[in-house]
Amino acid sequence: MHGATPSTGSTAISGRSGDGPSLVIFVTRRVAITIPLLLLISFGVFALVHIAPGDPVRSLLGARASDPATLAAIRARYHLEDPFLVQYGYWLWQVIRGDLGVSIQGNRAVTSIIADRLGVTIFLSLMSTTLVLGLGILLGAVAAFRRGTRLDRAIVMFGVFGISSPAFVTGIFLLYLFGVLLHWFPIFGPGRGFLDRAWHLTLPAFALAISVMAIVVKITRAAMIEELDRDYVTFARARGLSSRRILFAYVLRNSLIPVVTAAGLVVVGIVAGAIYVEVTFSLPGLGALTVDAIQKRDIPTIQGTTLLFSAFVLLVNLAVDVIYTVIDPRIRFGRVES
Amino acid sequence: MNAVVGRAGQEGPLLKVEGLAISDGAVPITTPLNIVVERGETIAIVGESGSGKSLTARAIAGILPPGINATGAVTLDGVPLMRLAESELRKIRGSRMSMLMQDPFTMLNPLMRSGDHIDEMLRDRPEFASRFARADEVKRRLAEVGIVDEDVARRMPFQLSGGMCQRVALAAALARDPELLIADEPSTALDVTTQAEIIKLLRRVQRERHMSLILITHNLRLAFSICQRVYVLYAGSMLEVGDAAAVERQPFHPYTLGLLLSEPPVDIRVPRLVAIRGSVPRAADVLDSCGFADRCDWAKQICRTGKPPLTALDASRFTACIRQDEIQGELDALRTAALSAAPMTPRRGETAGALVRVHGLVKTFVGERGRPICAIKDVSLHIMPGESVGLVGESGSGKTTLGRCLVGLETPTAGDIHVNGIAAADFDAMAKADRVRVRRTIQMIFQDPFSTLNPRHSVGQALGEALGASAGATSPATAERIASLLAKVGLSAAYATRRPASLSGGERQRVAIARALAVKPAILVCDEPVSALDLSVQAQVLNLFRHLQVEHELSYLFITHDLAVVRQITERIYVLYLGEIVEEGPTERVIGNPQHPYTRRLVASIPRSAIQRAP
Repeated sequence: MHGATPSTGSTAISGRSGDGPSLVIFVTRRVAITIPLLLLISFGVFALVHIAPGDPVRSLLGARASDPATLAAIRARYHLEDPFLVQYGYWLWQVIRGDLGVSIQGNRAVTSIIADRLGVTIFLSLMSTTLVLGLGILLGAVAAFRRGTRLDRAIVMFGVFGISSPAFVTGIFLLYLFGVLLHWFPIFGPGRGFLDRAWHLTLPAFALAISVMAIVVKITRAAMIEELDRDYVTFARARGLSSRRILFAYVLRNSLIPVVTAAGLVVVGIVAGAIYVEVTFSLPGLGALTVDAIQKRDIPTIQGTTLLFSAFVLLVNLAVDVIYTVIDPRIRFGRVES
Repeated sequence: MNAVVGRAGQEGPLLKVEGLAISDGAVPITTPLNIVVERGETIAIVGESGSGKSLTARAIAGILPPGINATGAVTLDGVPLMRLAESELRKIRGSRMSMLMQDPFTMLNPLMRSGDHIDEMLRDRPEFASRFARADEVKRRLAEVGIVDEDVARRMPFQLSGGMCQRVALAAALARDPELLIADEPSTALDVTTQAEIIKLLRRVQRERHMSLILITHNLRLAFSICQRVYVLYAGSMLEVGDAAAVERQPFHPYTLGLLLSEPPVDIRVPRLVAIRGSVPRAADVLDSCGFADRCDWAKQICRTGKPPLTALDASRFTACIRQDEIQGELDALRTAALSAAPMTPRRGETAGALVRVHGLVKTFVGERGRPICAIKDVSLHIMPGESVGLVGESGSGKTTLGRCLVGLETPTAGDIHVNGIAAADFDAMAKADRVRVRRTIQMIFQDPFSTLNPRHSVGQALGEALGASAGATSPATAERIASLLAKVGLSAAYATRRPASLSGGERQRVAIARALAVKPAILVCDEPVSALDLSVQAQVLNLFRHLQVEHELSYLFITHDLAVVRQITERIYVLYLGEIVEEGPTERVIGNPQHPYTRRLVASIPRSAIQRAP
């Protein structure tokens, strides 16, 4: 690729009229890569039943009475007499139709249990993500503009402190300070209605946010410092553009590209962290459900939540890739330098 | 242009810079500088890298990088710029004074359509409140800079060529009709023919708008060809100021003369380029002496006892040389002597016994979506023993790919390469002994002297390693052999212990040449070996190449875009255009009387001053 590529000019322009189609192609290709990954994960999740120590029938039976009729029913329902791959095929077909099996506790469908708990976790994760991105980008930008000052160092130190203490430790600390001592926020429960719920979830959301915010702060800070030094920012200043225009159209937009990449990691980190935080704050979310299911060896529920979490991680990555191409047209044309 | 209205009739110069001193914390970058730009005038600030010319430009515009500060006074049409608050300055930037920068590829926002760079400049004006009015205006502005293809406004900067980007940037810089434009090396990063177009465009726009223009450049010849007055900046001090024509006719400062003579002429081949020894010092190191004293042949004690001030010789000429009246005669004599022609005796047109023979070479790369990109299409050439051959072309011509094929860094798609009679098209298919012989016959010098040396190896280690690869090397390289290798390229033995980071660009290129010479090659393939170097250093290295050719009977394949360089160093040239050789022949004939339209365009693109040199 050496002497040949620099002759840009005419060659690079060929795809210009195809902004739309090339984006569609790109997204389609990405989705196509996601599907085999999802299958691979579902296979791993399915194998859980067989990896778990003991007889799969026992695992699936849980605490129910083991009379021959029930055993036979379970064998028939899970096709345990068939070869492993055939069992997987049946299971996958059920999952695709939205049937994740029956929890060993209380004989309820796993899907309906998950549906009950999903709301709290989604609320918590969204609130926390908003906090991380909003506050993180703001702090990162402030640190970049005040580079080398005490404020800059304080922000970076706060970030490092946050990332070094696990979410449940930060959670307990916040709980004690703002809940027990100051009584500003409730100390447990999810709350009812939007505002009440937001009030109840503020502390857990902060605990989660602080644990990953450093990533966003540091990446925003580094990207912004780099952007401020760019020729096109200098050129924009030389042309007398307003500082607001330079900040938003030039510095912020360009530095968001690495931040979007990090945002994928951050969202995944938040959802993973939700497992601890929900337990710490006794919130009836998916995380608490998972922990509970593991303690009770409720294999169908574990399968359900694991599958949901993994699919979520894949979808977040897919979303990041798509957002990425929307922000940076260079990627659509396969011309990324940095 | 509506901008012209209301500009005539004001008194005094448009821009007055008085005592502008720039420093990085406590370290001075320039001594106090004075610059005057009249209305509608074009001036040049000429200097090599490290002279402080770009920072001077940015100081005038009030956009110095953080940590760099300036003192003094900059007055634009009576308004003291350096006393204004940033918010006030912002109103002046763009609308009264604008700036164009060097690299067209980094100057535009990569995430913004090119037309939006002009659009955003117009938004504040009430007459352009509607989007359609602005779109029309953007179209008009692009037409002014020679872009008639309306689609360009909708394209992203990375979809445009360098010349196009530079035009869009110029239109954006001029969108608020400033009275003063500062252009910082606006053409340096472009191809030769595009350079000429951009400079022509700048001149046209400047004349049509009756705008003042400050051209920042390292190219004295370019400055003479388009500017009325020239400021010569060196290591942060102004050494000479004067009318362009007068300075060109008779430079008063030894540095100006040195710079002028260092630039290889394209019209004639001179017996020896007059090079300035050493390299540019830092401004902070020459605070109490003439900045040029260490490199000047006329320096005396008096030059080092204090910083010589810029003194007026007549109304329009200033020089900072305190010995000017004593040495002017010698300067003039040197100039006349240096420009005497030494035509090369062309060898007979034999092709038998060629050292390198390339026949029907084709190289294609796989491009985007598997589309083949043809870098070289059917190229044939030969190089005789001891012959210096030039390969001239712009970026995209395939000249670098051809050079890399010759030394086995790329494998051609089709065609033959014979080096010393050995078929060397495919290095992987060659017998080991042949491969070793070819590698010892043909060596390569790369463009960037900074990245060709391992930063962790000392110069001695780098050369020792190369000596170990030479024919019949049995014992490890001795210090004497390394020293003699260094001596060949004009460096002392003490350089063996130094690391690349502590060397200047010219010194590194010398080390790279020494390393190539270690295996006693018969031919060097030199890919733009001097284009990354400062002008005054470039002449030294070119002289070294000429000296080495005579001393070691070397052949060269000189790959370059610079016709002046090939004029000085080659006997015969091939002109490569889009992967094909469009013209070949003795250097004098091809440059003096080009036949192919592309060669003509190349020759016409070289900036020439009004004054013709004596033949």
